[in-house]
Amino acid sequence: MAAISTAPAGAPTETPPVPPGRAARRRKLVPYWLLLPGILWLLVFFVAPMVYQASTSVQTGSLETGYQVTWHLATYWDAFKEYDLFYLRSLIYAGIATVLCLAIGYPLAYTIAFKAGRWRNVLLVMVIAPFFTSFLIRTLAWKTILADDGIVVSVLDKLHILNATAAIGLTSSDRVLATPLAVVCGLTYNFLPFMILPLYTSLERIDPRLHEAAGDLYARPFTTFRKVTFPISLPGVVAGTLLTFIPASGDYINAELLGSPSEQMIGNVIQSKFLTVLDYPTAAALSFMLMAVILVIVSVYIRKAGTEELV
Amino acid sequence: MTQQTTAPAEPQASAASGGAVTLTGISKTWGDFTAVQPLDLTIPEGSFFALLGASGCGKTTTLRMIAGLEEPTAGTVRIGDQDVTGLPPHKRPVNTVFQNYALFPHLDVYENVAFGLRRRGIKSVKKQVEDMLELVELGHLPRRKPHQLSGGQQQRVAVARALINRPQVLLLDEPLGALDLKLRRQMQLELKRIQTEVGITFVHVTHDQEEAMTMADTIAVMNAGRIEQLGAPADLYENPTSTFVANFLGQSNLIEAQVTGSSGDDLLLSVGDGRLTLPTARSAATAQIGDKVLAGVRPEKISIAHADDAATVPDGRNKITGRIIDASFIGVSTQYVVNSPWCPEFAVFAQNVERDTRLTPGTEVVLHWNPAHTFGLDATQDIEAGEVSA
Repeated sequence: MAAISTAPAGAPTETPPVPPGRAARRRKLVPYWLLLPGILWLLVFFVAPMVYQASTSVQTGSLETGYQVTWHLATYWDAFKEYDLFYLRSLIYAGIATVLCLAIGYPLAYTIAFKAGRWRNVLLVMVIAPFFTSFLIRTLAWKTILADDGIVVSVLDKLHILNATAAIGLTSSDRVLATPLAVVCGLTYNFLPFMILPLYTSLERIDPRLHEAAGDLYARPFTTFRKVTFPISLPGVVAGTLLTFIPASGDYINAELLGSPSEQMIGNVIQSKFLTVLDYPTAAALSFMLMAVILVIVSVYIRKAGTEELV
Repeated sequence: MTQQTTAPAEPQASAASGGAVTLTGISKTWGDFTAVQPLDLTIPEGSFFALLGASGCGKTTTLRMIAGLEEPTAGTVRIGDQDVTGLPPHKRPVNTVFQNYALFPHLDVYENVAFGLRRRGIKSVKKQVEDMLELVELGHLPRRKPHQLSGGQQQRVAVARALINRPQVLLLDEPLGALDLKLRRQMQLELKRIQTEVGITFVHVTHDQEEAMTMADTIAVMNAGRIEQLGAPADLYENPTSTFVANFLGQSNLIEAQVTGSSGDDLLLSVGDGRLTLPTARSAATAQIGDKVLAGVRPEKISIAHADDAATVPDGRNKITGRIIDASFIGVSTQYVVNSPWCPEFAVFAQNVERDTRLTPGTEVVLHWNPAHTFGLDATQDIEAGEVSA
């Protein structure tokens, strides 16, 4: 800022002299005007709530006596000690759901991008179609799908898959509902489009001639995928996993509707602290810690994905 | 001059070795559309061969069938002694330089060039890659990514990436199409130099007739899925056998004339009240007396004289009268367009040695040329076939 407005008169001029006059000055301001709506939006809906929550998290008091900022940082430590398992569970569930989304979404995005031909748009609409219904309704529908006397459970039971999932602790006592498996299924289902769309965009941009070139240079189809297609689509993989993992780790609806109290995620705790227990400082502190954990994981991940080793 | 004007129909397998490409009865159709008519073609080992034609003539499809990127509807492809018709691209001893290069954007120059070697399990690629980068004069930029290179440099990487595998045949699909004119000229000579240096068979697809003539030993002119004519550049230029080749390769003036008789080795033709002489040997049409033929002559073979000087034109030359409708001075020569009653828009390129300043638009002139420069074509063809505006 200062460098623009107050260049000393005697200093050697680095920028070409700007023609004087109001028009020139107005032209220089155009980028700032264009930025203004975005900046205002961020101030009102991002910075202000963050500041407000930060202050809430270091307050003490009660609803009756009112809350005072007392810089009571112990709230963070106490909340973490009490709910560390919920953090762990959230990250594990979100992690599994992200991996499943990638495993389901990549082949699908690949097919839509390279093999679908004229069905491409139809398939894309089908990917987005669930958004036409509310998140809540869709998750409730999974209650019916996974119901104890439903077809899914009976088929899984007949195939002895439930025994296997029970053995690794994903399900218990011939049920799917109210188990970790149900919550992970719900998360995977709900966040799948967020994985597919960025994957599709990055795959769709790949020139099919690159595949031909790789084949021409002695790469078998799978090698072509491993050495050319996948590395080039990596930005889409990173974007997709972030768009899936971040909201999934803060989600509480899937655990609420498809899980039991022992599948509660950190989002459920925060929700109940804010809305049921009305313990605002703990709720705010939990939120900040969730944000910090995600930021750390994401930055490590991005650094890792940005290097050649991952390719 | 190579006398190879027709492709042998029955290729001798024993004659084909190393990098010779033999196509036998090869064709490609998509539904009702025939991209390539059944064609036979032998590309000799070590030659620089050009497939020349306008877009959509089937030249790229032919190239892709040699590469294995397109499966022929019928016919066989042999490279050397090996029938490769059923082989996928990665099992064929050919490499391709793609249109727009198709460089791997996530790999640097070095890794792009090393790609083929690594896929074949060769561990120590350093020496070969460095030598190859040296050959294409990119030794100083091994760590650049493709998007950090100019078009000409990308083109060199594409050539190096293909050549390093020592293919028996290198296929080039419009490799210079994306470059500007000056760079294109430079790369034409460069590619020619590389081909001479490595001695590999090059098959080059292009729509640019000058490019084909500059680089290739042999050119096949393609039109509508068919090879119109095949031969050395000068041979094709001097002796086109169809109006398409006459018009597509350079420019031609074609005059519809009637055969009135013959004298020695020449056919005598009449056009209106004028007379032309055509060497019988240079007529692609077997014309009887009374038949029509197209008499052609290249614009640079023609001399132009003011009508007042008509008497100075030596006897025995083919003569045509007309009026200049356009004259453009382009430095080394002046290009005239002359309207003649027998041939509208007759093109004449006159070297600017001694310019006659009277030759301005509207002037009546006499055009004359050595009859030996006249060629004859079958008059049943479309006289404007192959005329390109580009």
